[in-house]
Amino acid sequence: MALVPMHQGLLLAGILFALGLVGLLVRRNVIFMLMSLEIMLNAAGLAFVVAGARWGQADGQIMFLFILTMAAAEVSVGLALVLKIYHRFKTLDSDAVSEMRG
Amino acid sequence: MLHLLWLIPAFPFASFVVLATLGKRMPRKMVPVIGAGSIGLSAVVSFLVTYSFLTSPPPGNSFTQVLWTWIDVGGFRPEISFYLDALSLVMVLVVTFVSFLIHFYSAEYMGEDEGYSRFFAYMNLFVASMCTLLLGANLLLLFLGWEGVGLCSYLLIGFWYKDPANGLAARKAFIVTRVGDTAMTLGLFLLFDKLGTLNIQELMHRALLQWPVDSTLPVVAGLLLLGGAVGKSAQLPLQTWLPDAMAGPTPTSALIHAATMVTAGVYLIARTHVLYSIAPTAQLAVAIVGAATLILAGFSAVTQSDIKRVLAYSTVSQIGYMFLALGVGAWSAAIFHFMTHAFFKSLLFLGAGVIIESLHHEQSIFKMGGLRKEMPVAFWTFLAAGCSLAGLPLITAGFYSKGLIIWGTWSSTRGSTALWIAGVLGVLLTSLYTFRLIFLVFFGEMKTRVHKRPGFAMMMPCVVLGVLSVVGGFLDTPGFLGNIHTFTDFMHQALPPVTEGPLRGMSELGSEGLVTLAFLIGLYAAYLFFMQKRELAEAITAPAISKALHRFWFSDWGMDWLYERVFVRPVVWIARVDKNDFVDYIYSGIALITELLYHGVRKTETGRMRWYAAGIAAGSIIFLAVVLFL
Repeated sequence: MALVPMHQGLLLAGILFALGLVGLLVRRNVIFMLMSLEIMLNAAGLAFVVAGARWGQADGQIMFLFILTMAAAEVSVGLALVLKIYHRFKTLDSDAVSEMRG
Repeated sequence: MLHLLWLIPAFPFASFVVLATLGKRMPRKMVPVIGAGSIGLSAVVSFLVTYSFLTSPPPGNSFTQVLWTWIDVGGFRPEISFYLDALSLVMVLVVTFVSFLIHFYSAEYMGEDEGYSRFFAYMNLFVASMCTLLLGANLLLLFLGWEGVGLCSYLLIGFWYKDPANGLAARKAFIVTRVGDTAMTLGLFLLFDKLGTLNIQELMHRALLQWPVDSTLPVVAGLLLLGGAVGKSAQLPLQTWLPDAMAGPTPTSALIHAATMVTAGVYLIARTHVLYSIAPTAQLAVAIVGAATLILAGFSAVTQSDIKRVLAYSTVSQIGYMFLALGVGAWSAAIFHFMTHAFFKSLLFLGAGVIIESLHHEQSIFKMGGLRKEMPVAFWTFLAAGCSLAGLPLITAGFYSKGLIIWGTWSSTRGSTALWIAGVLGVLLTSLYTFRLIFLVFFGEMKTRVHKRPGFAMMMPCVVLGVLSVVGGFLDTPGFLGNIHTFTDFMHQALPPVTEGPLRGMSELGSEGLVTLAFLIGLYAAYLFFMQKRELAEAITAPAISKALHRFWFSDWGMDWLYERVFVRPVVWIARVDKNDFVDYIYSGIALITELLYHGVRKTETGRMRWYAAGIAAGSIIFLAVVLFL
């Protein structure tokens, strides 16, 4: 099996991460922000897996498992919050929900 | 059982911590149980330690317990360690025992006060500090306790803080004693700098080896320590804080006056007696301070009208006796008087508290009277203590301890006729103001109705102390009266005996006889002026000159007036002139910048999530850039 060169994998991870970040910053809908977060997490996971494959060690894949777990937990909490927010404000615009300013 | 020593300060301290943190939440009945109980435990431990010290004396008649090293920097290595010898043993025993009785009394006296647990917390910290002071094996630990009692006196004098006058009295006590403490700190620096240690025994040993007798260094060190002692013990010229300290609750006065703070100075000088033995000039200063104080305070006491202020001046005067004894090298006599004084003076204050409480907070002795039949227990205990204070011959403790001091001023090589005369005159004055107080309060016609009667918790300590004020003196009697030397012999394990000079034509019997005569004159004068012929007293005070004199003595020899003009006003004036000091701009500038920063940072807290995310991203990028490229 032909090995994918490491820098290509990392480049992909970097692009994905940047896309996720841009999505997070430009989107106002909370659900889209959550999805962008997922993309960033996946980018980080991909970087770990690539690095693990490069050095032939399982650490990267273990970290990826952790990230998966964390992402699942985050989504469950996040979606619960989204539901509560919608229930209360009848909108998902994150800028409209800025009641916690000091 | 000597290793239990550390428990003596530990119990009150633990109780202080408990009361300070949980005091408000615990049931009210628990407060005195913890507050007084801890002191009781300390007293029990003191008795156990005493028992063990007496039955199986440790080698060298002293015992050191090192708990841990406090600091270790550049050869400076003070330890948290306790030193027990005959001196600290007697002091600790008296302090814990008398403090326990005072705490027991306070359980009822302060029973209805808002700050019940706060009061006990302060009192416990007071006793813990005093025990640390007494047991500390090095001067630094002693100083810790020293400052501790200073702090607690401040807290307790200003206990009823809602009245600004009390806060003022507390501040005065704190600042005036601080003047003495500054001198003492300088003394500690000097001793450490020249002798390289602060361990007291080591220090005394080195001083004896290195310093020639009456050279500059020991005299200066002795005078600086005397400065500290003068502040704490309210001697001339720093005695002005003590009468004002009456603003605190009465049990506090009893504790400050009888068993703790004011005797700290006496203890300090007795503890460093070796230093004074090689600095006769400094020791002479101690004697002169003591003699002058006891006369001046005696005159002031005669003119006071507030029952507690009479007692306060009396304390100043009695501590003067202790200083006199220290000054002439009658070390054990000073400690003996400390002990008997602790018994009768705490009783006098507790008795005054009983009277004040039952007369609905009336403190003027001219508005009291005829209480003898109304409050027999209070009368008899107060009378016992009063007689002991005045030195009623043969049966009271005060007679023996004071007689020993006065005989010391005559017989010691460091004594002199002038000091002896001061001592005897002091007896006359003491007897005069004590019986003036007793006659005015307990005899004659009743002027204020008795409003409520104290219960068991207040009277029991009075009775116990009343018995001790009488029998406490039989530990040590003069040669012609049984010649018992139990106390003196015990003290000689730690303190040197009086070096007797050439007998100057008067025997001990003669000295005691003249003391008795002085006592009787004082008693008769008080009887004449305040019982039999009140108009005589008024006739004497009527002329302008005696009115002026009365005012002069009443106002503490104009000392407050003088200090007000010499120190307080100039300082206030300078402070007012220098209100816009340049240095202040630096500090207010820092405060201003911080405030501006706060307002700036506050703006960023918008509640907009995407701003936060952008902030985090930008921060991470900058951070990574710094790590990668720098």
